[in-house]
Amino acid sequence: MGVELTTTRLEDAAKWAKQGKLARIPDWGRKFSLFTYPFVTACCGMEFMSVAAPKYDIARFGAEFPRFSPRQSDLLMIVGTITEKQGPALKRVYDQMAEPKWVIAFGVCASTGGFYQNYHAMPGADQVIPVDVYIPGCPPRPEQVLDALMMLMDRIQDGRGHSQLRLKRESIIAKQTEAEE
Amino acid sequence: MSKKVLDALTAAHPGAVVRTASPHGDDTAWIKRDELVKVATFLRDDPNMLFDAPVFCTCIDWLDWKPVGRPVAEHWDESKPRFTVAYQLRSTKHKHRIRLEIELPEADPRCPSLADMWPAFNWQERETFDMYGIRFEGHPDLRRIFLYEEFVGYPLRKDYPKEKRQPLVRRDDLPINPIKAPHAGEHK
Amino acid sequence: MADAQTLKQLVLGRKDVQDLSDTEQDLPPDLMTVNMGPSHPAMHGTVRIVLTVDGEKIVKGDVQPGYLHRCFEKESEHATYTQVFPYTDRLNYVSPMINNCGWAMVAEKLMGLTGKLPRRAEYVRVIVSEMSRITDHLTCVGASAMELGAFTPFLYLLKCREWLYELLEKVSGARLTHSYVRIGGVSKDLPEGFGPELTACLDKIASVMVECETLLNNNKIFRDRMAGIGAISKEDAIKTGCVGPIARSAGVDYDVRRDYPYSIYPELEFDVPLGTTGDCYDRYLVRLEELKQCIRILRQCLVQIPDGPVMSDDHRVALPAKQATYNTIESMIRHFKHIMDGVRVPAGETYAFLEGGNGELGFFVVSDGTGRPYKAYVRSPSFVHLSTAEMLFKNHFIADVVPIFGMINMIGGECDK
Repeated sequence: MGVELTTTRLEDAAKWAKQGKLARIPDWGRKFSLFTYPFVTACCGMEFMSVAAPKYDIARFGAEFPRFSPRQSDLLMIVGTITEKQGPALKRVYDQMAEPKWVIAFGVCASTGGFYQNYHAMPGADQVIPVDVYIPGCPPRPEQVLDALMMLMDRIQDGRGHSQLRLKRESIIAKQTEAEE
Repeated sequence: MSKKVLDALTAAHPGAVVRTASPHGDDTAWIKRDELVKVATFLRDDPNMLFDAPVFCTCIDWLDWKPVGRPVAEHWDESKPRFTVAYQLRSTKHKHRIRLEIELPEADPRCPSLADMWPAFNWQERETFDMYGIRFEGHPDLRRIFLYEEFVGYPLRKDYPKEKRQPLVRRDDLPINPIKAPHAGEHK
Repeated sequence: MADAQTLKQLVLGRKDVQDLSDTEQDLPPDLMTVNMGPSHPAMHGTVRIVLTVDGEKIVKGDVQPGYLHRCFEKESEHATYTQVFPYTDRLNYVSPMINNCGWAMVAEKLMGLTGKLPRRAEYVRVIVSEMSRITDHLTCVGASAMELGAFTPFLYLLKCREWLYELLEKVSGARLTHSYVRIGGVSKDLPEGFGPELTACLDKIASVMVECETLLNNNKIFRDRMAGIGAISKEDAIKTGCVGPIARSAGVDYDVRRDYPYSIYPELEFDVPLGTTGDCYDRYLVRLEELKQCIRILRQCLVQIPDGPVMSDDHRVALPAKQATYNTIESMIRHFKHIMDGVRVPAGETYAFLEGGNGELGFFVVSDGTGRPYKAYVRSPSFVHLSTAEMLFKNHFIADVVPIFGMINMIGGECDK
């Protein structure tokens, strides 16, 4: 496993240097050092603890450091059911995070509401904030979570997370308005 | 089971007890609303009763009550009280349990509060108020506990639809009250 | 240490003391409101506490639950009795088997099946319940230790929990939300070789517990932060409805398994640990001791478990055998009605309770004779314990909220239902 990672990095670096895509390096750094904000609400929190525990170690992917402040984190993991009462708190936490930021909806309750269709469980956290990766499962197995994390890391590398695209759009619009003036 | 508790209660407060029963072994006594505090004090202080531990407080809404296998006369209609508040108590010393049930009409869902006698009922009465709308008189701080202040209605009542959401916040591009698609298989 | 005048100058911004008004001469006497939660690392799940503090001392704390209210009661009114089992899993999600057993017990009580289940079914229920109780205590102690800064016991205890999750996955198919128990028994039998695997696991857990105790029990920082904090007296514990490890740590000798025995607990030997002061350190010790008693119960069960069916053959609760379902029309119809209409429970109301990870967990069910409950109320111990939280952290510091909250073991799913 260690040997494969090393060759991937060297291959990545060689590919980018050839394509002149040195701008990709910050994203490459970001993907391997995600600071998570585990917004834990419910049962999926137990599986989040298992993912962080020694057996399914999330530290291998560089994402082991939970930062319990939105100002200091860049990956918001919404772990568990979001209810209508929790909505404003979730929105506030997301707004306080600094760009670029990514969101993982951990568990089917955070993705679509799960089997809770009632007056209080929100049908998915994406009713309030944009989500990059959805992890189904009730609760998802830790291997699923790690697979989703790798998917997110590919997304970050390609620059296709919601907040990265938003920043790119805004910079294009800013350049256009400058060019017009 | 032990009918001693129910017999002693009926003997001490005959006017307050409407009827008693022991369904499935649980001693239950139906009490009149105005006598509830007197009966509760008796149950807590009398040396043969000593119900010092509160168990739960909840409410039953009889609006859709049409039991299968029972005569039609038992089905609910507007002449019968709609709500029943149930309190369950336990005695640490004598190890017996009792359930007090108080029937309340829909037009006047008030019930005396037992929160200062047993502090556990403080939050449980707030929960019953939040879910069913029963006003507990004498409660120190009767406000919603599970739902937010802006919520309108009492969700556990049978006439509140299960999926009627009252969202506080939505994403900027999503409407706050989308048109509800008709659900297949919507039963009860 | 600077004298009072210089200190006031530094604090109040380099003014001379004579220039200050009378009210400014003292440090601000107003109480401050600090908000903890709903998203906070120490608020297991989500609870919001609005603290009114005088400096660091808490004067009043308004605990606001409900951020995880997932409408168990309303959902269960629209689901059949068997469909409610997954909802009960998610109530106390650290010990899900116990909630399953409780729901099965209340339906069986309404149907008159209490005590008439096959003995092997009862033993399997007790085995998985006690395994769930161990995971509950491991998670509680581990998470609380982590919040006080002790990361190592957290990782050790989570390692033990993983072993148990693997075993429970072999039994039921899922690591956390099992939905394994059914009305009338359990859904499938224990797998081959379960007994020796569980015994090996229990031996390993016992040795890890010794390591953890060495790390925590006489650790000065741990003891200073836990001992004397959040004490509750015996009378207060009874009046406020505390049950389980919290009540036992205050000296209230109440354990449902021993006082109102159910299932096969009368045939098992176990002790009920009692504390004296009711503070956080006693609760921690009571939980550790209970964990050891769970291990003791499990060892006895593995020796005493008989052979036999794991599901009652009462036709009202049991699905017909697959051979008959696929070959005879009557069994197929019975299977269909059983799944679609649910287990038809006779009309009535009752309250059945058992000893959950946090104490007396009860279900008050009103049934109207159909296959769906008319009302299903959960008497959740976490909700009652959370209501005592305000009383527990009066006159403590803000930092004391963390161990108090951790040792109450408020599970969000159970508290907010």
